[in-house]
Amino acid sequence: MKRVALLGMPNTGKSTLFNRISGASARVGNWPGITVDLMSAKILLGGYIAELVDLPGIYDLHGFSDDEQVVRRFLAHNEVDLVILVLNTTQIDRQLSLALQVRTLGLPVMLMLNMADEARRSGISVNTEAMSRQLGMPVATLSAKYGEGFPQALQLAAQTMQAAEQHPAPAEVQARLDTVTKIEQEMESIVKESVQIPVQLTDALTARLDKTLLHPWLGLPIFFIALFLLFQFIFTLGTPLQDAVAWALELGRTSLLDPLMASWPHWLSGLLLDGIYNGVGTVAAFVPLIILFFFVMTMVEDSGYLSRAAFLMDAFMARLGLDGRGFVMVLMGFGCNVPALMGTRVMRNRASRLLTMLVIPFSLCSARLQVFLFMTAVLFTPQQAPVVLFGMYLMSFAITFLSALLFKRHFKSSEPFILELPPYRFPTPRQILLRGWQEVGHFLHRASKFIIAGVVLVWVLTHYPVDAQSSLDTYAGMIGHFLSPVLTPIGIDDHLSIALIFGFVAKEVVVGSLAVIYGQQGDALTQLMAAQLDWVKGVSFMLFTLIYTPCLATIATLKTESRSRAFMWLSIGWSLSLAWIVSFVFYQGARALGF
Amino acid sequence: MPTQNLDSLKPGEHAVIRAISAETGLHQRLNALGFRVGKRIELVRRAQFHGPLHVRLGTTDVIMRASEAHRIQISQAA
Repeated sequence: MKRVALLGMPNTGKSTLFNRISGASARVGNWPGITVDLMSAKILLGGYIAELVDLPGIYDLHGFSDDEQVVRRFLAHNEVDLVILVLNTTQIDRQLSLALQVRTLGLPVMLMLNMADEARRSGISVNTEAMSRQLGMPVATLSAKYGEGFPQALQLAAQTMQAAEQHPAPAEVQARLDTVTKIEQEMESIVKESVQIPVQLTDALTARLDKTLLHPWLGLPIFFIALFLLFQFIFTLGTPLQDAVAWALELGRTSLLDPLMASWPHWLSGLLLDGIYNGVGTVAAFVPLIILFFFVMTMVEDSGYLSRAAFLMDAFMARLGLDGRGFVMVLMGFGCNVPALMGTRVMRNRASRLLTMLVIPFSLCSARLQVFLFMTAVLFTPQQAPVVLFGMYLMSFAITFLSALLFKRHFKSSEPFILELPPYRFPTPRQILLRGWQEVGHFLHRASKFIIAGVVLVWVLTHYPVDAQSSLDTYAGMIGHFLSPVLTPIGIDDHLSIALIFGFVAKEVVVGSLAVIYGQQGDALTQLMAAQLDWVKGVSFMLFTLIYTPCLATIATLKTESRSRAFMWLSIGWSLSLAWIVSFVFYQGARALGF
Repeated sequence: MPTQNLDSLKPGEHAVIRAISAETGLHQRLNALGFRVGKRIELVRRAQFHGPLHVRLGTTDVIMRASEAHRIQISQAA
């Protein structure tokens, strides 16, 4: 099988081109020599089956950023039959440097000048024949977004690959990579010969939009309103969809699986239904949210607004060791942590990405909100409850910022914060749909086994041994009892510690689990809990619930996105310790004050 | 002609890059984005609260922090 590498600068529409070539068949895969995920797809090119690999966008083949190293390592460890280089026609005057750098590798290469549509609007014309002659590689112009020129460009790629009789081995490529070449002058002379650019080209519409959207005083309010609307859109549409998924699964269970398994041994039907089937349900509940989230994020990112958000928020975020894009993800975490963690992939620097991933789990997500709504209704008057709830949100922000401040020294970004502001663009529906589809596939592929295994484990802990009279006699109850020397000082009794173990799976199940644990339902449950708990214990429980590990899906996502077990344990360890410390200070403080 | 640093420019002002004093990593990134000695550069706007600078070089708009802009020496263009 042939291998084709797709290489290009950021903001050149490289991913759009990748999607256009590969359709919906893309997979995420591991590669020798590198530690990040790369998308790849099997395609048919000039009669060959070829594997198309989407390399990260880079400015410079010899640079020191994480992405630039990934590209170098990939080329030095993997045979490549063809390099398709993607550059932005509207910025060809400076992007040609990458073409000259790639040429020195000696690999078969062809140049695709993308965004021909924008170039035409800006009055830029390219003489591809002249450029091809000077560069010594085939050149094609196209618009990956609208498909114009695409078949011809792909055909040229196939011809280039077929014409190349042999190509240097990876070791040879590595040797050539090491010799940094002088390319500046050559680049300048080619641009002078073959490209015509109007002087001081500015996209008038982009400039006008920026005037409003980046306005000194209006910019930030507009940003917050935009975020709020997007947030509302995702979660007002997502919650009914999640309910629909839950309803369908429940229907499947009561009408199909329950009757089918009625005669089966109790332990087997319990394992299959309460363990595995519920686990699948937990995974499925995230699917609508992930699709909607990336639907919106693709629009924000590809439109060019995400870089503007970074500009607006950077002054504040830089003090926390984060960058402006991280702020968007932290805010999205208030809806659901899982897609927010996946969304941090827009941050190309590993250190700042990890720091953002470390603080996102402290965002008070909609699942935790359900627990707090229930607890405040049990323990407080209707006048007090909103104040307590608001306090929880403040606490969530405070913990997020505190964690970022404490850890920023350990996740210090080595890359300078210099970002290109692309002109505003309209992403096509195809781009948006493909992205949502790919992200769901990614989540299901990576996280589902982990989540289902976790749900089964918690099911065993909370249902065994079989002779347990009440939940206090189960393994979970025993663990809760065993932990009581640690949990009693923060006001969490044996009943509530079982709820915490349930809550490890998903916060959605905590309220339901309380009914099981106390053996009461509805008003009887709230009366019993109100009698057993005072507000100090209740708030301490809420604080602990806010800060300790959000849910299994979040942990699974942390692990797969960071590609590091150590990082996952750091996140779990830090949030558990912090949860205990905060609850301890609150509980003992309140008791010392006589409450 | 007095030289100053890019971060001292006011919004709307133009200048010419005179020198870039940065370590290799930053230097390469700036180079790849089109920062070269002799190039005209415009400061488009600044973010509030000492946030990043929005500069324009030819066809390229770039945002950067003031600490990085400080490494770029300029002389005011007429």
